[in-house]
Amino acid sequence: MNWFYFASPSTFYRLAGWVAPWAFAAAAILAAAGLYMGLVVAPTDAQQGEVYRVIFIHVPAAWMSMFLYLVMACYAALSLTFNTRLGAMMARALAPTGAMFTFVALWTGAFWGRPTWGTYWAWDARMVSELVLLFLYFGFMALANAFEDPRRGDRAASLLALIGVVNLPIIYFSVQWWNTLHQGSTVKFTGTSMHVTMLWGMLLMAFACWMYAMGATLVRARAIILERERRTRWARAL
Amino acid sequence: MRLFRDVSFAAQAGEWVEVRGPNGSGKTTLLRGLAGLTRLEAGEVLWNGAPPRADEFRADVLYAGHAAGVKDELTVEENLQVALALRGITVQAGAFDEAIARVGLARRRRLPARRLSAGQRRRIGMARLVLDPAPLWILDEPLTALDADGEALFNALLEQHVAAGRVAVIATHQPLAARPAREVRLGA
Amino acid sequence: MNGFTWAFARDLRIAWRHPGETLLVIAFFALVCTLFPLGIGAEPRILERVGPGVIWVCALLAAFLSLPAMFAADYTDGSLEQMTLSPHPMMAWASGKIAAHWAVTGLPLTVLSPLLALQYGLDGATLGTLAFGLLIGTPLLSLLGAACSALTLGARGGGVLLALLALPLFVPVLIFGAGAAEAQAAGVSPAPHLSLLGAGLLAGCVALPPAVCAAIRIALD
Repeated sequence: MNWFYFASPSTFYRLAGWVAPWAFAAAAILAAAGLYMGLVVAPTDAQQGEVYRVIFIHVPAAWMSMFLYLVMACYAALSLTFNTRLGAMMARALAPTGAMFTFVALWTGAFWGRPTWGTYWAWDARMVSELVLLFLYFGFMALANAFEDPRRGDRAASLLALIGVVNLPIIYFSVQWWNTLHQGSTVKFTGTSMHVTMLWGMLLMAFACWMYAMGATLVRARAIILERERRTRWARAL
Repeated sequence: MRLFRDVSFAAQAGEWVEVRGPNGSGKTTLLRGLAGLTRLEAGEVLWNGAPPRADEFRADVLYAGHAAGVKDELTVEENLQVALALRGITVQAGAFDEAIARVGLARRRRLPARRLSAGQRRRIGMARLVLDPAPLWILDEPLTALDADGEALFNALLEQHVAAGRVAVIATHQPLAARPAREVRLGA
Repeated sequence: MNGFTWAFARDLRIAWRHPGETLLVIAFFALVCTLFPLGIGAEPRILERVGPGVIWVCALLAAFLSLPAMFAADYTDGSLEQMTLSPHPMMAWASGKIAAHWAVTGLPLTVLSPLLALQYGLDGATLGTLAFGLLIGTPLLSLLGAACSALTLGARGGGVLLALLALPLFVPVLIFGAGAAEAQAAGVSPAPHLSLLGAGLLAGCVALPPAVCAAIRIALD
């Protein structure tokens, strides 16, 4: 199979255009199901009452913020190794969505923190590294757009993404390394101590966020492709 | 943005290639691509008939671009010493003094480069040309800022270089004294 | 002469001839460290409590000030091109430049820090941990700063963009460095913080010079 077939911007443009609506539709359905599970079906928490329900957005957003950075770093690595234009365009398309999820995670975390622990913000390891992640996203976007030549911006930002990827293990493992406000990992591959409906609510919302991210990224990627390739024949034919 | 395409040329020992073209036609980009500073989208560079190994090629190439690579804070002789050490070249003290004298900077050798005129700074580069045995010169507008004496000196150095069986690729607006073996014209 | 010594000696000589940058960094460090007690009041217990953190932040900012100039001069006068085209391996001279940068910024900051920390009434052991932390941390700051500085060569947005890139990457160094001194002040062993910092420095020495070289190549492309 020719792996580089979809690396051509024009074919990817068509593929993205076909996939994006389905991704958004899936996101809507999964979100509806997830929110139903989370807000209606899942029981009230023994210690935290109703407020805990913010985890149905907070945790999926945090997962997405890290996952999208990882995907972005992979595309960055691909674009630097194979010098493809599309890899860098995908990384650029991912960054704003990733930044949004990071911001949502931080914001919802603050709203959860206030009633639960009495503070909007505590300087624990996970929060700080998540904040650093937000700045890494901003730095990526700023650097990518700081040059006259967009290809130069692509390469510089891709390298930055790779340098910053070391932040991800720090966020992930920080709850193990330090005694922090965040509890230890409740959801592991081996099983969970959480009530099953809460778990399902979170997983459904996570998939919903994933589908949304896919849709949003593909739509943005199409816009970037059009702008970059506007002088080519296939773009002008549109 | 495509600057040029279908450019192809070769130089044998003892030949030099002249690259001409209007401003913005891609002369600097072509030379930087040959030297290995810029990535060329398509095409290949062959040295001695084969794609060159990066470190060997860098040892064989002497590249001089628009910016002279001269540090303001260092004196003329320090700049030359630093440039030679960077290229891994050691010279006898006598040859060093001779080179500085030949480019006319003998009386200014202890001055910081900041105090020199543009033409005098380029002469530091020419002293490097005198002492550097690199077989391939890639030069971008070498006559910039040089006065008549400086031009004559450069032409003499080029003749010497070519007579020794070495090669050069030179982008220039002004014609040089020696005739090039090949002319590459960029830009329509 | 290898690439490392070439770059190290050259940069030191240039800094010696033109000490403006270094003096600026040291003066800034001293000034800001002195500004804090003036701003937050001179109550000894508060100063003692915030001392390590404040000094670390000041050192960080002072180190940051020196970053834009790290590669800028060589980039504009064509030296960076000549260095890239030299037979010496790129990693060698790039590491030499970073080492020289540390020698004229991080090292003076480290040496000066105990003196400035006296204003905060820190005890001897804490001063020592502070200085030792800076000794390990400032080279890491130079390495991280070099990567960011090389990435932003020729970029619009200048110093602000560099701040956005470099300061988030500096954060872990700050956390562990200041944490070590604070632990010492609290009577707890600073060893975990310092060893993490040391591990970070080792990892940085291995992973960051190639990143700096890649960034320089991108800048010259």
